[in-house]
Amino acid sequence: MSLVSESPEFGVHPAHGVAGVRLEPSIASVSDYIALLKPRVMSLVVFTALVGLMTAPGHMHPVIAFTALLCIAVGAGAAGALNMWYDADIDAVMSRTSNRPIPRGRVAPGEALAFGLTLAAFSVAVLGLLVNWLAAALLAFTIFFYVVIYTIWLKRSTPQNIVIGGAAGAFPPMIGWAAATGGLSVEPCLLFLIVFFWTPPHFWALSLNRADDYARAQVPMLPVISGAEETRRQILLYSIVLLPIGAAPWLLGYADAIYGVTALLAGALMVALAWRVRNTREGAGARRAAQQLFGFSIVYLFVLFAVLLVDGLSGGHLSGLVGLA
Amino acid sequence: MLVNVMDEKPKGIVLTEEQKRSRRARSIAIALALGALVILFYIVTLVKGPGVLNRPL
Repeated sequence: MSLVSESPEFGVHPAHGVAGVRLEPSIASVSDYIALLKPRVMSLVVFTALVGLMTAPGHMHPVIAFTALLCIAVGAGAAGALNMWYDADIDAVMSRTSNRPIPRGRVAPGEALAFGLTLAAFSVAVLGLLVNWLAAALLAFTIFFYVVIYTIWLKRSTPQNIVIGGAAGAFPPMIGWAAATGGLSVEPCLLFLIVFFWTPPHFWALSLNRADDYARAQVPMLPVISGAEETRRQILLYSIVLLPIGAAPWLLGYADAIYGVTALLAGALMVALAWRVRNTREGAGARRAAQQLFGFSIVYLFVLFAVLLVDGLSGGHLSGLVGLA
Repeated sequence: MLVNVMDEKPKGIVLTEEQKRSRRARSIAIALALGALVILFYIVTLVKGPGVLNRPL
């Protein structure tokens, strides 16, 4: 754990003493603190929450909607900062993360902890006071799940860390829906399931090419524990399961046919790329296949949610809007 | 000549120019964030009107 790690191989910065207390005045810039929030993850969270909010029935005042999205974004950032606080030791030894503010010595672990806790508390409180308490409770649970369940517990103890911990990334659409309606129903649960089953192939495609990094940091990612072969098999399995789940909003009558066709085509392409990952096992081709699947997985989620958003804004008449019905 | 140590001021921590700049930037960012929060609460109060505390669970 980063707070008490004094072992030099885990990169405790000379500027920070025991318990992450800074020994000299801070030179951290505003951009260092913004980097703690993981802005790229925040943008995905905000987008999926926006889709949940906009596809929910009823009307929401734009100011309240903006407030809800702002609180969700800040809450997601808080979870990211707390994750960086706890994982500072392993971030320091992984090439992908060694440039983060804490391993670089720009922000002390204790400062990141205080920053994350403050943002978490404020985002939940403001969401509850200005929007509704169901959305606030879901946001609080999401932050708790990501920090405690995934970061502190699962990530360092099981190769299924991404599978279970991925639920944290799947909650935002439900939070958006709850913010808009004050309740939950089947549709936001479908959005949850799409992100939940998307997460393992997405992250395992990334980790296939970074297995050495994770092994060095002693993180039990699936490629490290079970090997690349098993990881490729599970990527394919999850991609196959994801295909009908992605189309479920259309299959169950919650989205237009254009969404259905888009989801089926994108899902089929994802399965095809996962098949290529499964069968390309050696050399540069294997690395490229995993990279392409990782890159496409981001496009997949963005396209599905974007079409859902447009479908929701059109009142479920997307086909009519484009002249197909 | 004896020097009275009570006459010497403790040196304390002296910030470098970079540290001063960073601290100023962080302070401004905090002030802006708090100001935005105040404005947000004000606008939402106007939007919700007298029933600002009446909301569904």
